[in-house]
Amino acid sequence: MDVSWYLVLSALLFAIGAGGVLIRRSPLVILLCLELMLNAGNLALLAFSRANGNEDGQVFALVVMVVAACEVVVGLGLIVAMFRRRLPLNVDDMRELRG
Amino acid sequence: MSATAFGWLVLLFPLLGSLSIALGWRVLPGRSAGWIATAAIGLAFACSVAACVQLLGEPTDARQLTSSLYDYASAAGIDIRLGILVDPLSVLMCLIVSGVSTLIHLYSVSYLTSDEGFARYFSYLNFFVFSMLLLVLAGNFVLLIVGWAFVGFASYALISFWYRRATATAAGMKAFVINVIGDIGLVLAAFLIFRELGTFDYLSAFDAAQGSFDVDEGVIVAICLLICVGAFAKSAQLPLHSWLPDAMEGPTPVSALIHAATMVTAGVYLIARTWPFFELAPTAADVAAWVGLATLIFAATVALVVTDLKRIIAYSTISQVGYMIVAVSIGAYAAGMFHLMTHAFFKALLFMAAGSIIGAMAGRQDIDRMSGFRRAMPFTSLVLIVGALALAGFPGMSGFFSKDEIIGFAFERGGMYSVMGVGMYLAAFLTAFYAFRIGFRVTRGEPCAEARELEQGHLAHGEPRNPMTGELEDTEVGFPGPEHHIAERELPMKAAMSVLTVLSVIGGVLQIPGVDEAITRFLEGSFEGSALFETSVPVGQEWAGLAIGGLISIAGISLAYYCYVVRPGITVRLAERRRRLHSFLAHKWYWDELLDTIVYRPTIAVGRFADSVIERVVVNGLVNGTVGVVRGVGGLVRGAQSGFVRAYALLLVTGFAALGLYFLVVSS
Repeated sequence: MDVSWYLVLSALLFAIGAGGVLIRRSPLVILLCLELMLNAGNLALLAFSRANGNEDGQVFALVVMVVAACEVVVGLGLIVAMFRRRLPLNVDDMRELRG
Repeated sequence: MSATAFGWLVLLFPLLGSLSIALGWRVLPGRSAGWIATAAIGLAFACSVAACVQLLGEPTDARQLTSSLYDYASAAGIDIRLGILVDPLSVLMCLIVSGVSTLIHLYSVSYLTSDEGFARYFSYLNFFVFSMLLLVLAGNFVLLIVGWAFVGFASYALISFWYRRATATAAGMKAFVINVIGDIGLVLAAFLIFRELGTFDYLSAFDAAQGSFDVDEGVIVAICLLICVGAFAKSAQLPLHSWLPDAMEGPTPVSALIHAATMVTAGVYLIARTWPFFELAPTAADVAAWVGLATLIFAATVALVVTDLKRIIAYSTISQVGYMIVAVSIGAYAAGMFHLMTHAFFKALLFMAAGSIIGAMAGRQDIDRMSGFRRAMPFTSLVLIVGALALAGFPGMSGFFSKDEIIGFAFERGGMYSVMGVGMYLAAFLTAFYAFRIGFRVTRGEPCAEARELEQGHLAHGEPRNPMTGELEDTEVGFPGPEHHIAERELPMKAAMSVLTVLSVIGGVLQIPGVDEAITRFLEGSFEGSALFETSVPVGQEWAGLAIGGLISIAGISLAYYCYVVRPGITVRLAERRRRLHSFLAHKWYWDELLDTIVYRPTIAVGRFADSVIERVVVNGLVNGTVGVVRGVGGLVRGAQSGFVRAYALLLVTGFAALGLYFLVVSS
C-alpha cells in the first residue's frame, strides 16, 4: 500500500487532536486530544519506517509512547489534584498566569 | 629563662587577662574582673623586670635579642615573622607601660565599681596594654603596625566607653579617624622601607640603611616624614592633635593611662626606635623637632585659658609630648625617654588626682566651680600639688631633671637648636604657671559647695550629668551610678596614688647629670653607632641649665601664686582687657574651626554634590532609565499573556503551521 494513505490518516488524526485541544475546555479531553496528536505522529513514523525498510522509526515510536505515558501520568495527577481541591475542571477558568 | 622568653610572657599575660574577662564576665563575681586584670598587668610588669635583669646580665653590645615564634609569610623575598626585639629601649618602655598600667588598673577597680560596664572596661583596658606592649616589643615593621592599629582601636573603644553619651562616641570616632591618618603614614613608610631595603625587620633594615642611603637622600627623608605622620597622629602633635582633648570624654583612668602616660608616647618611641633613619635624614628630624616645638608652645598657651580640668591636663600632655618629640628628633634620645618616663608618673598622678576631684564634684569638670579642696581632701590636694610641682619642674622633682636635660642638649647642639632651647624655656614658664593654675584654684580659696559638704562628712552625690552638654546621663548602661567614689576613702585608689606620688618625686634620681645617668647607660645597647647619642653635655653646663630651669619654674609658680592666691580675680580682669587674645586662646587658636573650614566643610560639600548630582541624577537616572525601558517593553508584550491555555495552544499551532508552510514554500 502506498505510504500516502497512512500519512493522510495521520494528518487527519493530528488535525482532530489539534482541533480538540483548541476547542474543548475540559482538561481531561484536552489530554485525550494530546494523546491523539502524539499517536498521529507515531503513525507517520511507522509509515515512513516501513516504507524505507528502516527500523529506527519504530524504535522512536516506542520512545514516544513511553514519553506519552509519563505525560499522561503527570497530567492525570494534576487533574485528580484539581478535582480534590474542588477546582472547576475548566481550563478557561484557570487564568492565574495572566500577565 | 632568657630575656626574650620573658618578653613573650609580657605579651601573654595581658592577652590572657583580656580574653578571660571578655569570655568569662558572666561568671566572674563582684569586682573579680578588676582584680584579674590588675593581676595580669602586675605579672606583665614582673616579667618586664625579669627581662630587664636578664638584659643587664649581657654585655652592652649584646643587648639586642630577637626571637620569633612563627613565620607569617616567607616567600619571594618577603620574610615576615611573628618576632619580637628585646633591647634596652623596648624593655624600658615595657617597664613604664606595664608599671604605670598596674597602678591605673588598681585605681580603676575603685573608680569604676558602680559602673555597669565594669568587666567590659577591664577587658578593653587589658587589651590596650597588650596592644601597647606588642607595639613596643615588635621586632619588625609589620608587627609594629599591628600593635599600632590595635592601640588605636583600644583607644577608640575606651574613649567611647560610655556609649550612650553622644559626645563620647563622637570623640571616639574623631580619635579613630585621626589615628587612621597616622596608620596610613606608617604603612606607606613600611612599604617604602621594604622597596628600598628589602626587609621589614628592624635590625636588618637599620643595617641596610647605612649602606643604601646618602645623608638626606630624598627617599630616606620621605620615609622619615611618613613615620612622623604616624608618630604625630598617635602623639597628638600639630596638626593632628585635636583628638586628644576630646578624648577626655572617656573615664578618667583611661585618660591617665592612654591619653597621658602610654599611648600618646608611642610616637616618641617610634622616632627613637627608628633613629638610624632619622640620623640619615637630618632634614626630616629637624622638621619633626620644629613641629614638636610649635606644638609644645601652642598647647602650653591653650592650657592657660581652658577651664575644663581634664582638658587643661590634656593640653599639658600635648605640650609635654612635644618636649619628647623635640628630644628624640634632635638626638637627645636618653633625655627624651627619661622625660617620657617621668611624664608618665606625674601625668598619671595628675589625672588620678583630677579623677578624685571630679568624683567629689559629682562629675563636674569646670575649674571655675572648684575651690578650697585643701581641707576637704587633704590627700588629693597633696597629690595634686606634688604632680603640679613635678610638671612645673620644681627643683628636685622628677620633671626638673628630665625637662632640663632636653633643653641642655638643645643648647649643646647650638645654632638653630638654641632657638628651640629658648622656646622650650618659654614653654617651661607657661607650664609652671598653668600647673599651678590647677593646683591653686582647686586647693586654695574659699571651699565650694561640694568641698564644704565633704568637710561635713557627707559625700557629694549629684546626678551624673554630661559636662559638655549638661544632659542627664543614662546610668542604666555603662555609666557610674550616682555614687561617686572619693579617692581618699578607697584603699586601691589611695595606694595607686601614693606609689605614683613617690615616683613623681624621686623619679629624677635615675638620671642626675654627673652623678648616675642610669638611663643613658642602660640605653647604650640600643643606640650603638649613633653619633648624637654619644654627644654629651658637659656636666657644669648641664647644672647651669638646671639652675635656670629651676628659677624659671619658681618664677612661674610665684606668678600663679600671685594671680590665684594673693590677688584672685586679676586674671579675670586681664582676660577682659585682652579679650581678643583670650578668645583666641580659648578657642584653641581656632584650630578646630580651621580644620572645619578646610577639611570638614569641603568634604561635606563634595558629599552633598555627590548625593544631589551624581547619585540622584546620574546613577538614579541610569537605573531608573533601565527600569523604564524594561517596563515599557514588558507592557507591550504582556497582552499576549492572557492566561487562556487554549489561546496559547492556538498560538503554538498557528506558529508551527506558519513555519511548516514557510519551509514548504522555500523547499519547493
